[in-house]
Amino acid sequence: MRKSMLFAVLVLAVSAPLALAGGPRKEAHAQVQFGIDVAQKGLWKEALYRWEKAVEIDSSYAAAYNDLAVAYEHEGMFEKARKAYDKALALDPTNSSIRQNYDYFKEINDRASRRPPR
Amino acid sequence: MTARAAVLLASVVAATALVACASTLEIPVETPIQPKIDTSPFDRVLVAGFVAGGSEDVDGNLETVRLLRSQLRTKSNLKVIESDVIPLAEMMADQGRSAGETAAPAIDPKLLPKQIKDEKDLEAYDPLFANAAYWKKIGEEFQGPLIVTGSVLFAPSASSGFVQRDREVIDQYGRRTVEPVRTYMERKGFVLRPKFVFIDGRTGKVIDSEIFREAVLYNQGQETPALSSYFELMDRVVPAFLGTLSSQKIRGTRVLLK
Repeated sequence: MRKSMLFAVLVLAVSAPLALAGGPRKEAHAQVQFGIDVAQKGLWKEALYRWEKAVEIDSSYAAAYNDLAVAYEHEGMFEKARKAYDKALALDPTNSSIRQNYDYFKEINDRASRRPPR
Repeated sequence: MTARAAVLLASVVAATALVACASTLEIPVETPIQPKIDTSPFDRVLVAGFVAGGSEDVDGNLETVRLLRSQLRTKSNLKVIESDVIPLAEMMADQGRSAGETAAPAIDPKLLPKQIKDEKDLEAYDPLFANAAYWKKIGEEFQGPLIVTGSVLFAPSASSGFVQRDREVIDQYGRRTVEPVRTYMERKGFVLRPKFVFIDGRTGKVIDSEIFREAVLYNQGQETPALSSYFELMDRVVPAFLGTLSSQKIRGTRVLLK
C-alpha cells in the first residue's frame, strides 16, 4: 500500500510538470501551437516567426526545432533547415517523425544539388 | 485518497502528458528548388538547334527544339523566341563547300564525320559550342537572349542476357501463384544522350552544360515506333532540363510536432 502511494507520488512528480508546466516550455508551446495553426492556413512566414520565437524561448524544445526546420524547408532556406533538423535530432534522437522529415528533406536537397554526369 | 485512486490519477496525468508530447500533425509542403543557372538577366530564350544523329527515323534536331520550346512556353517565365530551327550539323558540313562564310563555326569540316552514329561522332562538334563569336552573332539577331543548343544522340541499341520474369502457375487445386523465372532474351530499344548547352546570347559564352543519358529496351516482338521511344526517353530528361532554367516546387508532406 505504502509502496503504491509512493509510486503514485513519484509518477505525479515526474509527469505533472510535463502536462501542466508553466514557464518557458509553456510559453514556447503556445508559440508552436500558434505556428501550427497559421501554417495550416498557409501562412508559413508567420509560422516560421512563431517557431523561431519558440526555440528562442526554449532552446531544448525538439518539436519546435522540427517545425522550424519544416518552415525553413518550405521557404527554400535549406542550410537553415538542415541545422534545425540536426538540432531537433540532437535533442530527441529517437523521434521517428523528426527522422522521417529529415530523410525526406535530405532526399530533396540532394536532388537539388546533384548535377548530372558530365 | 486510496492507493488505487492515486495510481489511477497518476496514470491519467501521465497519459495526458504523453499525448501532449506525442501529438503530431501531417501537413502538405511545397519545397522550392532553385534553378541551377541564374536566368534573371534574360527575359527571352532561344532554343536554337541541336547537332543530332543516331537514328534516321527521328529528326533529333527538329523534335528536340519543338519539345523544349513547348515545355519552356508553359513551364518557365522566359518568353520563347519562335524562329527557324538552325540545322547546325548540315550548316557546318556545308561550310567546307561554301568558303567565305563569316559566321562560320571554327571547326574544320574535314574533321566532321559524314554521318553521326555514336557519341564519338558528336564530340567532333563540341568546339562549335565554345565558339563565342558565332553565338554572339546569333544572339545579336535576337537582342541577346539565353540560347539553348547542344547535341542529341538518339540511336537504336540491343542487349541480350537473362531477364527475370514472373510466371503464373496453377497448382492441382486450381490455386494461382506467381513465381520468378529467369529467361534468356534478346531485347532491342533506344538510347538517348542529349547534351544541353546554355549560352549567354549577349557574350556568346557558355553558361552551363548538362549531359543526360537514358535508355529503354523492349522485349522481342514488341514493336515500338522510334518516335514514341524518343518521347518516352525525353520525358525522363525534361524535368531536369527545366530545373536548370526555372524554379520548381516539389510537393510532399511533413510532420509537425507540438
